[in-house]
Amino acid sequence: MSIRHGLLALLERGQMYGYQLRSAFEAETGATWPLNIGQVYTTLTRLERDGLVRGLPEHDGGQRPYEITAEGRTELALWFATPIAHADRPRDELAIKLALALTTPGVDVQSVVQTQRSATMRTLQQYTRLKKDDGELPWRLVLDSLIFQAEAELRWLDHCEASLVRFVPSTSPVPTAASAEEENVHERA
Amino acid sequence: MSVLELRDVHRTHGQGATEVHALRGVSIAVAPGELVAVMGPSGSGKSTLLNLAGGLDSPTSGSVVIEGVDLGTLNRSGLAGLRRRRLGYVFQDLNLLASLTAAENIALPLELDGVAPRKARPQAEAALIEVGLDGYAERFPDEMSGGQQQRVAIARALVGQRRLMLADEPTGALDSQTGEAVLRLLRSKVDAGAAAVLVTHEARHAAWADRVIFLRDGVVVDTSVGSADAAALLETAG
Repeated sequence: MSIRHGLLALLERGQMYGYQLRSAFEAETGATWPLNIGQVYTTLTRLERDGLVRGLPEHDGGQRPYEITAEGRTELALWFATPIAHADRPRDELAIKLALALTTPGVDVQSVVQTQRSATMRTLQQYTRLKKDDGELPWRLVLDSLIFQAEAELRWLDHCEASLVRFVPSTSPVPTAASAEEENVHERA
Repeated sequence: MSVLELRDVHRTHGQGATEVHALRGVSIAVAPGELVAVMGPSGSGKSTLLNLAGGLDSPTSGSVVIEGVDLGTLNRSGLAGLRRRRLGYVFQDLNLLASLTAAENIALPLELDGVAPRKARPQAEAALIEVGLDGYAERFPDEMSGGQQQRVAIARALVGQRRLMLADEPTGALDSQTGEAVLRLLRSKVDAGAAAVLVTHEARHAAWADRVIFLRDGVVVDTSVGSADAAALLETAG
């Protein structure tokens, strides 16, 4: 999640100081991505260094408001115009894990799939529970996005499992393998 | 007390070489206020489980208990009576009798049970209002949308004393928004005290359940219980 661009989008509406940005960010995303105030200030410092925001004189209360610069507006427009790359999604770790599970001796791939399926379903149940209280549209969209991602992962797991059944006969239940071996022994004898 | 209980239920179809073990030692209890979803690939035993829970089929061994009554102890008419009085079904489609209005469809199980029409009618109308279909009493099924028909089916499933709803892919024929509305209704009925078992292949719909049971080859391989701590989950989502 780009906190950087999130803050730029908020500043596009008008100048704000750190705490205001944090609460606006959380209100906007329905607290899906809680920020700590340190992250907000670090990000503001970097944005200022890059010339995308400008720090204004402190208020009497000691709070320094920030405003977006022309460069900041260009950066923000570019962000909205650019699709998100999915290269660094956590799910990739899952894909790698399953690929390795297939080739690592002694790993029950079906149980790896099922363990993940249960965990993802639990996540999906929890998101769905949040849906029961109807929130504002921006919040519902964020929640729906998480729900659809979890659902996609579950469908992909179903797909993996179906592929396992079809293409890797060595993962069939143990009793079958054992009885097949027995038969071989009888044949040899 | 559980509304529905399956105790070490086995169901075997056929004999000898063609023997199929549809369920192998399944135990499940569903309490009032609980929605349980059953998921699994085709052939995993989902339909068999629902048929047994509804008394449409009987286990090879083990028992099915509905509100304290072991279905195995009932004779045919006893079983039919229990099915009529204690539980309701919602299927993918063809839920309603086409020649009856919405109110008549809902009143039918009450009337079959001996409730006088003049008493059944107001109950049916109240049930329609509860599912958000005020003013639809005189509509015939083909005058309603798929989502509205499913609402009527849910109202009928829980009219009178019924507390157990068995739903088999109730959202199968609906678009995603309408499907979600049906699930929300089902959820609210359960929150109001009913118990329901939902068979579905849609993870997004199963996620409305308190528990999701994964069946494979007639065995419960896993159960996923949604915890109430949603806030903690959001902390980790970033």
